[in-house]
Amino acid sequence: MNTATEKLQAQFPDAIVDIYEFRGDTTVTVKPDVLVEICAFLRDDPETSFKYLSSVSGVDYLPDSPRFAAVYHLYSHLYKNRLALKVFCPHDETPALPSVVPVWITADWHEREAYDLLGIKFIGHPDLRRILTPPECEGYHPLRKDYPQEGY
Amino acid sequence: MNSAELASGTETMLLNLGPQHPSTHGVLRVWLELDGEVIVNADPDIGYLHRGIEKMCENRTYHQCLPLTDRLDYLAGTANNFGFVLAVEKLLGVEVPKRAQYIRVLMAELTRISSHLFWLGTHGHDLGAMTPLFFAFREREQLMDLFEMAWGGRLFPCYFRIGGLAADLPEGFIEKAWEFVKVFPSKMKDYHNLLTKNRIWIARTRDVGVMTKDEAIAWGWSGPMSRGSGVDWDIRRDTPYSSYEDFDFDIPLGSNGDTYDRYLVRMEEMVQSNRICHQALEKMPAGEVNVHDPNIILPPKDKVYNNIEALINHFLLIEKGLTPPKGEVYHAIEAPKGEMGFFIISDGSPHPFRMKVRGPSFINLSPTKVLAKGRLLSDLIALIGTMDIVLADVDR
Repeated sequence: MNTATEKLQAQFPDAIVDIYEFRGDTTVTVKPDVLVEICAFLRDDPETSFKYLSSVSGVDYLPDSPRFAAVYHLYSHLYKNRLALKVFCPHDETPALPSVVPVWITADWHEREAYDLLGIKFIGHPDLRRILTPPECEGYHPLRKDYPQEGY
Repeated sequence: MNSAELASGTETMLLNLGPQHPSTHGVLRVWLELDGEVIVNADPDIGYLHRGIEKMCENRTYHQCLPLTDRLDYLAGTANNFGFVLAVEKLLGVEVPKRAQYIRVLMAELTRISSHLFWLGTHGHDLGAMTPLFFAFREREQLMDLFEMAWGGRLFPCYFRIGGLAADLPEGFIEKAWEFVKVFPSKMKDYHNLLTKNRIWIARTRDVGVMTKDEAIAWGWSGPMSRGSGVDWDIRRDTPYSSYEDFDFDIPLGSNGDTYDRYLVRMEEMVQSNRICHQALEKMPAGEVNVHDPNIILPPKDKVYNNIEALINHFLLIEKGLTPPKGEVYHAIEAPKGEMGFFIISDGSPHPFRMKVRGPSFINLSPTKVLAKGRLLSDLIALIGTMDIVLADVDR
């Protein structure tokens, strides 16, 4: 248990679903409705100071439900530590999450990538369009588990 | 943008830069809206080299994923391997022997020099300086010879393996590496003579692509890009991996956050990497290079041919692959271009359930839009050069 998880538990007691530790990595699963507040808190609080967003990874947990999740990897230059935030999308058919672009501008391309490859919509994203695959691929999201992988 | 805001003229022009253009460093396409020579809007269009490496990895064993990681940032293959094997080793909970760690550091730093030399040559060439390319490639060729000795190829190493190395250093490698390491600092003078005080070079790079410290962090810049803006952060020093804590090196920082500062930072990084190589060669420990775990490392070939248990072991590892425990890990390393991170979710099967590659080039490229706006078209070429992108790493 580190400072960040303690602070989160104190500040957002109802929003934390799970805290998971593995090989020194801490992953905190939070509810999607307060995601942006939590991110802003983690960035601005002087005791956590997660000013850097390393990556946003979309995950498809098919056949589990909730099916889609996004994992945010944060880094603090001040305390030299990392934290992962995990958020599950409430709906399996139309996965959507609030965008964290207002908190970390770098989330722009990360979220576009997750939208492109997994079809997770980020509400509030300034320019949500496909980034790696061509626009004609509408409806296809290659990183989904039900999308076949061929040619191996 | 309406016509009243335009500096001159009444109409903007659309220009398609790339995807086949010598100064876009690969298949980068930038959709430009120009007012004369001034960029009104620049929108990078990427994905021409998207091979779906993350998807492919989900259907392969961990050992089979390793050669795919070579193809991320192909100018720094060992850096990709490094990030991947460390992430898998973290998942497995193993640590490789000291000698393997030192060899990995040595190779990673030689790769950093090679990657930076490539950047120096092409960045210079993009901005009209022809000679740095020849000088930089002269030394890079020496490194390529060294790499060829160690893993038989030039660009795609696959030399670091999960749990160790493909093989120990070949005979004569240390001596040849010493030859390079001792001579390299004197070659730096050649590069500095050509560019550092060159008036054209300064005019083309000073105040181009300026990022403040806070902006660089907010935009997710890492590695020499953020250090050029004065962000005092190096993963090798701040969260050391693979025995980096044993080495003594400085981290150069820029102050203005422009292209010229990033040039100076990368130049100094080559010297510091050379210092690390020097120490690694000097302190190279003796001993094994692989962990003793038959579930991770293939048995030696002579045993496979003469011993039935070893043969079964070999087949099981090849056919089934290794099975790490259930879990999620993220491991980041300091690649030549910045933070190279691997996020692996394991469901206990021999295939990664999800593998996300956090490539530095992808994120370093993302602020192009804001940096290019209002600048001349020729500044965009300087910007692409200073970002040191490799499109294979951007698109994955």
